[in-house]
Amino acid sequence: MKVILRNPRREIEVAGGRRVKDVLRELHILPETVLVIRGDELITADQVVRDGDTIELRPVMSGGAR
Amino acid sequence: MKCRKCGGTAVLELRRHNAAFCAPDFLDFFRNQVREAVRKYRMLDKDEHVLVAVSGGKDSLALWDVLLDEGYRTTGLYLDLGIFDYSVESRRKCEAFAAGRGVPLIVASVAEEVGGPVPVIKEVTRRPPCSGCGLSKRYLMNRVALDRGIGVVATGHNLDDEAATLFGSIAHWQTDALARQSPALPSTHAKLVRRVKPLYRLSELETSAYAFLRRIDYIVEECPFAKGATSIAHKEILNRMEDASPGAKHNFLFGFLEKARAAFERTEAVELRECARCGQVTTGTICAFCKLADQVKRTL
Repeated sequence: MKVILRNPRREIEVAGGRRVKDVLRELHILPETVLVIRGDELITADQVVRDGDTIELRPVMSGGAR
Repeated sequence: MKCRKCGGTAVLELRRHNAAFCAPDFLDFFRNQVREAVRKYRMLDKDEHVLVAVSGGKDSLALWDVLLDEGYRTTGLYLDLGIFDYSVESRRKCEAFAAGRGVPLIVASVAEEVGGPVPVIKEVTRRPPCSGCGLSKRYLMNRVALDRGIGVVATGHNLDDEAATLFGSIAHWQTDALARQSPALPSTHAKLVRRVKPLYRLSELETSAYAFLRRIDYIVEECPFAKGATSIAHKEILNRMEDASPGAKHNFLFGFLEKARAAFERTEAVELRECARCGQVTTGTICAFCKLADQVKRTL
């Protein structure tokens, strides 16, 4: 399955057929630091993603002079 | 995962609340948190004009969206920092948002006001870019509000921003900063407008989810100068704490506000006067903004 990462934008391939939380763990991403977007919907970490899926992991953190 | 309210499919899990929500119920939750923030700190009157500081990012556009939804009379303020393509794109997002909702947007340019954009300020001052940027933002937000006769500025600071600021202040025991940290800063001088942070009860995950679910077109790319910023490092530390113990950030910030902040409030009032150059409020003779502008203009 395809995973879109941001800042900078890039795409990687990982194994599907498992839960979002397992993908996040493999990528060393804390679940609360990204929105998980499939199509035009948000999905939770317990959802299963399949080999043909594309998900975007959109970071939620902003910083600097706030 | 099921929505706590309706039992439908959840789109977002909020571990610190031990809950998950579907999209409509999450949006309700979000609006209720903003209402509670406004009520608890008496941030805004229903009929007053609010200047909403917008950057094109998720927080400030979510804030503007929710305030419009709640029926507030608002004007947006975008400060063009002159940070390469990032500023071009973020300005475009703000203008599109304002046009789409038919609401006014003021654009002010840091380069025009200071004499150079943020990248130049960084070079001239040889200080971290966030330093001159933050100073310029605070000054210009206040001045634009005053010029327009608007008594309050609302900013998109969220729970993570506030927790990270608190963490930084405690790490260095900056007691002045601890005294000033609040979701609502009152006017302490005729030329200082109130500043409020209606999103302080909501995490970055929640403001991002709100912006996404409301189909707000915000800039996802980060400010190029934010990389390596101390505030980001503090957020990463707090995120690891949150992962190990959901609610840690909330408890850290809310515990300070409810139990500790009063201990840092000043017993002696700081004497405020008007800058001899621009007339804005300062504790010295010339305000920090005018000193910065002088430094930039001298160097260029």
